[in-house]
Amino acid sequence: MTIPWLTLLGLVPLVGAIALMLPIKELARYLGMFFALLTLVVGVVVAALYVNGASLGIQVPWMPTFGAWWALNLDGMGLMMVLLTVVLVPVVLLAEWKLTSPGRWTPQVFVGLVLLLESLSIYTFLASDVLLFYLFFEATLIPLYFLIGGFGGPQRAAAALKFLLFSLAGGLVMLVSVIGLFVWSARLLGKPSYLLTDLIGVAMPTDVARWLMVGFLVAFIVKAPMVPVHTWLPTATEQSTPGTSVLLVGILDKIGTFGMIKFCLGLFPEASQWAAPVMVILALISIIYGALAAIGSSDLLRLVAYTSVSHFGFMVLGIYTFTSAGISGSIFYMLNHGFSTAALFLVVGFLISRRGSAKVAEFGGVEKVTPVLAGFFLVAGLSGLALPGLSSFVSEFMVLAGAWSRTPWVAAVAVIGTVLAAVYIMRVYQRTMTGPATEATVKHFTVDATAREKWVVVPLVTVILLLGFVPSLALNVIEPTTRTTMSQIGVTDPVAPLGEEGK
Amino acid sequence: MNQIATPTFEWMPLAPVLAVLLAACVGVVVEALVPRAYRFVSQLGVVALGLLAALGLLIVNYFAHSSGIMAMGSISLDGPTYLMWGSLLVFGLLSMMVFAERTLNNGASAFAASAASVPGSVAEAEATAARHEHTEVFPLALFSLSGMMVFVSATDLITAFVALEVMSLPLYLLSGMARRRRLLSQEAALKYFLLGALSSAFFLFGMALMYGYAGSFDYRAIDAAVLAPTYGHGLLLVGTGLMAVGLLFKIGAVPFHNWVPDVYVGSPTPVTSFMAICTKLAAVGATARFFFVALGADRWSWQPMIAVIAVLTMIVGVVLAMSQTDIKRLLAYSSVSHAGFILVAVVGATVATANDPASSVASILFYLLAYGFATVGAFAIVTMVRNSAGEAHDIDSWSGIGRSNPVIGAVFALLMLSFAGIPLTGGFIGKWEVFASAWEGGYAWLVVVAVMASLVAAYVYLKVVVRMFFAESAEGVSVAKASLLTLVPIGVGAVATLYLGLFPGPVLDLMTASSVFLR
Repeated sequence: MTIPWLTLLGLVPLVGAIALMLPIKELARYLGMFFALLTLVVGVVVAALYVNGASLGIQVPWMPTFGAWWALNLDGMGLMMVLLTVVLVPVVLLAEWKLTSPGRWTPQVFVGLVLLLESLSIYTFLASDVLLFYLFFEATLIPLYFLIGGFGGPQRAAAALKFLLFSLAGGLVMLVSVIGLFVWSARLLGKPSYLLTDLIGVAMPTDVARWLMVGFLVAFIVKAPMVPVHTWLPTATEQSTPGTSVLLVGILDKIGTFGMIKFCLGLFPEASQWAAPVMVILALISIIYGALAAIGSSDLLRLVAYTSVSHFGFMVLGIYTFTSAGISGSIFYMLNHGFSTAALFLVVGFLISRRGSAKVAEFGGVEKVTPVLAGFFLVAGLSGLALPGLSSFVSEFMVLAGAWSRTPWVAAVAVIGTVLAAVYIMRVYQRTMTGPATEATVKHFTVDATAREKWVVVPLVTVILLLGFVPSLALNVIEPTTRTTMSQIGVTDPVAPLGEEGK
Repeated sequence: MNQIATPTFEWMPLAPVLAVLLAACVGVVVEALVPRAYRFVSQLGVVALGLLAALGLLIVNYFAHSSGIMAMGSISLDGPTYLMWGSLLVFGLLSMMVFAERTLNNGASAFAASAASVPGSVAEAEATAARHEHTEVFPLALFSLSGMMVFVSATDLITAFVALEVMSLPLYLLSGMARRRRLLSQEAALKYFLLGALSSAFFLFGMALMYGYAGSFDYRAIDAAVLAPTYGHGLLLVGTGLMAVGLLFKIGAVPFHNWVPDVYVGSPTPVTSFMAICTKLAAVGATARFFFVALGADRWSWQPMIAVIAVLTMIVGVVLAMSQTDIKRLLAYSSVSHAGFILVAVVGATVATANDPASSVASILFYLLAYGFATVGAFAIVTMVRNSAGEAHDIDSWSGIGRSNPVIGAVFALLMLSFAGIPLTGGFIGKWEVFASAWEGGYAWLVVVAVMASLVAAYVYLKVVVRMFFAESAEGVSVAKASLLTLVPIGVGAVATLYLGLFPGPVLDLMTASSVFLR
C-alpha cells in the first residue's frame, strides 16, 4: 500500500490541533511543538521524495458528479511554500513560548489555532482542484481571524474584523469566478470539472476568460496586499502578536502570489497577458508606496508590514514580466521573504517584549546594552533590504533582470524601491539601535538575547545565508514550475539584441 | 350523463402524512382524556411515535419506489416530495424537542401557563402558581406539520390552499403563547394572523383568476393551458402575481417580509425555530412546485419578477440585519435574506442533465437543509442564553459568552459561519450550488449581486461572533443548563452543518437524482 504522503502532511498538524482540545494546560506547548516538528519531518520526507521524482499526486472522488475531487499535487512552487510553512511554524511556536494570555485566551488555544492554520495552509498549497483550493483558501481565514482577534494589542478585535472583511470580499469575488468555471467547464468539456489537469488548456471565449480571471485576481490582490487594498495589513500586524504576523505575512499572504501563478497564469494565459500592464503598474505603485510608508512609520510592526507591501510589489512584478528569470525570481522571492520577514517580525517581537512598546521613538542606543539582539535586528533588516550574500538579493536581482529584459523603464522604477529599502532599514536601525543608550533603554533592556531567542533566529539566519550563497538549492526545484508556467502562457524569454555591447 | 367517480386514495404511499395527522388527532384525545399530570409525557410519546412512524413509512415507501400522482390528482409523490417530507419530519422532530424543554425555565415550558388569561391578571397568576401548562402545543404543531407536508406535495390549487391554511392556523395560535413578554407575543400573533389572512386572500383571488384562465385547478391543466392558451396572457399574469403574493408572504420575501421580525421576536423561541425552518421549507417547496410545474412554460414572464424580488429580499434582509441589536430580530432578518438566496435558485429554473448536474430544485433543497440545521441549533442556543428575566435577546448581553462557555460559543460561531456561507460548513456548499444553478439558468448578474449580499451578510454574523468572543462579559447573563431535549438538536445541528460542509457528495447526489417534479 502506498502512503498518501500529501494527505498525511496536512493531517499531522490537524491531528495535533484536535489533540490540543484536550485539557492539558501546561503540556500544550510541548505537544504543539511535537506536532509541528513531526510535520516538519513529514515535510522533509515529502521534499526528498519529490526531488527523487516520486509521483505524489492523489485524486479521490469528493463530489464526483459536480467535478470536485480531493486532488492534491505538488510542483516546485508548491514544495517551496510547503517547506516554508513547515519550517516557520515550529519557529513561531518557539518564539511565542512565553505568550501571555489575555483573559480566557490561553496559550493552548494559540498553539491549537496555529496548528489548524498550518494544516489548512498546507492543503491550500497542495490542492489541484479549484473548488478544494477555494475551500481551504477561505477556511484559513477562520483560525487566523481568531489568532489576530484573540492575542495581541487592545484594538485587536477591530483589526481582526477588518482583516476578515477584506479577505472575505476578495474571496467572494473569487467565488463568482469559481462558479463560472463550473458552468463553463460543463459547457466546454461536456461535464463540469474543477480539476486543474482538465481545465488547463481549455479554450474559453476571450471575454469569459477575462472576467473569470479578474475574479481570481481580485482575491489574490487583496491577499498579497497590493496598494490600494493593503490597508488591512498594517492594522492586523500592529495589533496581533509577532508570531501571528509571521504566519500571516510570511505564509498566508503568499497564497496571493502563489495563486496568481497557479490559477491566473495557468488557467487564463491570454487574459493574464491582457491584464499585465495594469498589474505591472500596481506592482510599481506597491513597491514605491510601501517603501515610502515604511520610511514614515513610527511603529515597528507597521514598518515591517509596509516593507512587506513593497516586497509583494516585487513578487507581482516578477510574475507579470512573463520571463523565466522574473517568474523564478518571484517564486524564490516568496520563499526568501517568508524567512527574512519572519526574522524581522520575531526580532522586533523580542524588542517589544522588553520595551513594552512598538514605537520607534521609544527605543534608542539598544546596541550598547544588548548587542546580540541589535545584531539580530541588523541581520534581519539587511536581509529585508536584499544585501548581496543574503538570499533575498538573488531573488530581487532576478526579478529586476526579468523586468529589464521586457521593459527597461519598469526595472528602472523598481530599483528606486531597492534604494528606499536601504533608507527605511538603515534609518530605523539608526534611530533604535545606535546613539547613546537612553534611560528607558537601560531600564528595560536588562537581558540580552536568551537561549530560546537565539534558537529562534539562528535557524532563520542560517537558511537566509545558505540560500544566499547556494541559491541553486531552491532554484533547481523552482525551475520546472517556471518552465511549465511559461509554456502554459505560450511565451518565450525575450532575446537580448545582439551587437549592442560596447556601443 | 356525468358519473361521479369513486374517490381513490393511495393509503400506503401517503401514510407518512396520515401518521402525522393521526398523531395530531391522538394528541387532541390525550388532552381530553389523560389527567393533567400525565399529559406532558403522553404528548411527548405521541409526537415521537407519530413522527418516527412517519419517517419509517417514508423510508419504506422510498425503497419500494412508490411514486406517482395520487389522491385523485391532488398530491404528487415524487423525488422532491420525498426529500421535503423527510426534511420536514426531521426538522419537526428536532423543533418539537425544543418545545418540550422544561429544565431551562425552572420546570416550566416556554409556553404560557394559561394563554387565554389576560397578561398580569389573577387568572394568569393562579395558572402559573398551579404550574399549568399548554400541552396542546404539540397537537397544534403536528397539525401544522401535516399541512406543510401536503402543501409541498399538492398539485392542485384547492389542495394547496387547504394545506396552506392547515399549516398556518395552528402557527397563529402558537405564536401567541409565549410565557414571557406575553403582550409582545399576542401582538405578534395578531399581526401574523391579520397579514396572513390578507395574503391568503390574495392567494385565493389569484387562484380564481388562474381557474378562469385554465379552466382547472390542476397544475398539469394549467401547464397545458399555458402551452395552448384559450384566453389572453393578461389573466395569467395577474393570477400569477396575486398567487405569488400569497406564496412569497409565507417565504418572507421583500416586500412581504414586514411580519417576519415582529412575529419571530414575539413568538416563543421554539415556535420561532419551527416557523423559521419548517414554514420556510414548506413555502419554498410549494412555490417551486407551482412555478416549475404549472408555470414552467411561462417562465420568461415570471423569472424577471422573481429576480427583482430576490435582489430586494437579499439586500433588504442583510442591510436591515446589520443594524439589529436583538438576536432574534437579527436571525429574523437573516431568515429574510436567506429567502432571497433561495429565490436566486428559483429564478435560475435549471434542470439537471447528464452533462450538467446543476439543478435548481436540488440546490434549493440542499440550501434549505443546511439552513435548517443551522437554524435549529441557533434558536436552541438562543433559548439557553438567559438572564434573570428569561432569555437574553440583547446582542450586547451575549458578550463574552464564547469565552465563558467555549463549547456553546464555538457551536454558535460554527452555525453563524454556516449562515455566512464560509467554506467547510453546509452553508457554503448550499450557496455555491444555488449560485451555480442560477448562473446555469442565464442569471450571472444575479450571482454577482448575491455574492455582494453575502459579504454584507458575513459582516452581520461575524459581528455576533466578535461580541461573543472578544468583548468583555456582560453582567448577569449566563448559559443555563439544559436537558438533552435542547442539547440534542444543538448537537445534531452542529454535526450536520459540518457533515454537509465536508462531505456533501452523497447528499448532493441524492438530491440531484431526485430533483425532478412529477408532472
